[in-house]
Amino acid sequence: MTSNPNLESPAEDTVKSLDKAPVLVRLSQIHKHYKGTTAVEHVDLDIRQGEFFTFLGPSGSGKTTTLRMIAGFEKPDRGHITINGADITRLPPFERDVNTVFQDYALFPHMTVADNVAYGLQAKRVAKRDIPDRVAEALRMVRLDSFADRLPSQLSGGQRQRVALARAIVNHPQVLLLDEPLGALDLKLRQQMQVELQRIQREVGITFIYVTHDQEEALVMSDRIAVFANGRIEQMGTPVELYERPATEFVANFLGTSNVLQRHGKKWLVRPERIRINPTKPVLDMQSYHVESGVLREVEFIGMFTRYIVTLSDGSTLLIHEQNLDGFTVREQVRREESVWVSWSLASAYELPA
Amino acid sequence: MALDKALPLGEPQQSPLRSLAIAVWRRPALGASALLAGPMGWLVLIYLAALATLFISAFWSVNDFTGEIVHSWTLDNFRQLVESSVYPHIALRTIGIAFAVTLTDIVLAFPLAYFMARIARPKLRAALFAMVLLPLWSSYLARVYAWRLILSHDGVLNWFLLELGLPRAHIGYTNWAMWIVFSYIWLPFMVMPIYAAIERIPGSFLEASQDLGGRGLRTLRKVILPLAMPGVIAGSIFTFSLTLGDYITPVLVGGPGSNFIGNVVFSNVGIANNIPFAAAFATVPLVVMAIYLFIARRLGAFEMM
Repeated sequence: MTSNPNLESPAEDTVKSLDKAPVLVRLSQIHKHYKGTTAVEHVDLDIRQGEFFTFLGPSGSGKTTTLRMIAGFEKPDRGHITINGADITRLPPFERDVNTVFQDYALFPHMTVADNVAYGLQAKRVAKRDIPDRVAEALRMVRLDSFADRLPSQLSGGQRQRVALARAIVNHPQVLLLDEPLGALDLKLRQQMQVELQRIQREVGITFIYVTHDQEEALVMSDRIAVFANGRIEQMGTPVELYERPATEFVANFLGTSNVLQRHGKKWLVRPERIRINPTKPVLDMQSYHVESGVLREVEFIGMFTRYIVTLSDGSTLLIHEQNLDGFTVREQVRREESVWVSWSLASAYELPA
Repeated sequence: MALDKALPLGEPQQSPLRSLAIAVWRRPALGASALLAGPMGWLVLIYLAALATLFISAFWSVNDFTGEIVHSWTLDNFRQLVESSVYPHIALRTIGIAFAVTLTDIVLAFPLAYFMARIARPKLRAALFAMVLLPLWSSYLARVYAWRLILSHDGVLNWFLLELGLPRAHIGYTNWAMWIVFSYIWLPFMVMPIYAAIERIPGSFLEASQDLGGRGLRTLRKVILPLAMPGVIAGSIFTFSLTLGDYITPVLVGGPGSNFIGNVVFSNVGIANNIPFAAAFATVPLVVMAIYLFIARRLGAFEMM
């Protein structure tokens, strides 16, 4: 990838410092309506050079529409999209220095893997003698060098996914758009591909914009995440920021699960894994811990952890995750419909902004 | 109890239908045979048998005096075909016009089918479907006669040309007339399969081509055309074979010098009473179609089906 102008830092530089990186993609006041329904409104985004940026949200939240507007498949009703300062809002897809990995991969079924990967180079009139090398290089990157002569129908889902990736990155675009690329794969393969995608992104240094509805995937891979809901961006930030300091109840519950409690006229958020459960009242420093009792309703063994559901005296329901560490577990000491004690450190409770 | 009797699975009852259903479930081949018995019987008895009879009778001859069929093997019919000064000419005319009609219909049908499948909104698409299929609701003869009214010497076309101050077009009763009328009549048979093929191409393929830098022409040439090929081939089999076998349009709009293979077959069966010779000539379109399919297959036209 020596010819790639985007490759600024060596692959080993795993800790990215993106705060100082220049803005590559800018969306300003993007609006999009379809016959009476609002798909996207008031979307403002700055995506930096080299960033792994994720649009996270449920279906119909506007994340895919926003991605498709960056690709050029949809035209915004209002607003502007720039790449490196140049306005691309009115450019057709084939004039944009952007490539897409489609949800259904969209591999051309009548072409071999190599022909699929070469398609973009041929369309851009790359010198014929350079094409085979670049195709081979891209296939090597996704570890499919030996599959060049196969047809897409002769590949597994995971292999097709990687061909789609190679077909996009071979063009060295400024931005790579990925539309739920792992959605059709099973869990094990998905986790493998998450690692692969991060590796490839570090190697080529291309800015990734990644669309997913899977919060775990977003947390694992992203430098920053924009959480979409109802056509708007609810919150934007690093995975840790979004998890620890969600701006809204929606974000709190979309990224992981949360207990939202009404106390003293305010909404408090406590993550289930931060709560302890005890058969008897624990002895704790009341200055820094909150302790109260409740009735245990459900105990569910999940494998890595045990899930408890407790009803508190004010009627609210509390979800608790207890790690199944070796030996001692509360599970064997508590019984359903009996009273238990719950506690959490005050530092773990987070007040939701009003 | 009454409830027990209402439950069908409660007690096994011996109805013949039930045992039949179970037998079919146990042996899927039985079910398949039941499905195919009717159509296969039809195909073998009526279609293949007729075709075989035709093929065999092509090697018989007719006694010139008695007019009776002589059941002894001979290649005379085929020799007569090849050595004649008329029949090769007729065969070439038939095949040539069938080719021209097929090409014309591909050129006309492809943009229309593309528009219907990918651009038109549902209402417009339904309207276009109706317009494409409407001619099939009326009689074939009526439509060919309508074209006779248009193309003849004092027809609508020439009236129109004269109104514009242009010279008359001498299209009526020529090969040009047959080309126009055949292209018109078989057009729906080309539009439908191409429409089906284009409609089946996922939209993301076209987006992917654009995304990779492919402008309209490249997308058409490299993605749409190869994937629509099975539809084009299917349509061309219709237009080609329907034109090859026709004998009505040549009579009505082609005039005296425009005989098709079908007309020779017709006159040999009906007038000359020489069924073996008619059969021999009728094998020509059959062989041409076989060659056509073979070439299409060689070109990979069926691979994406």
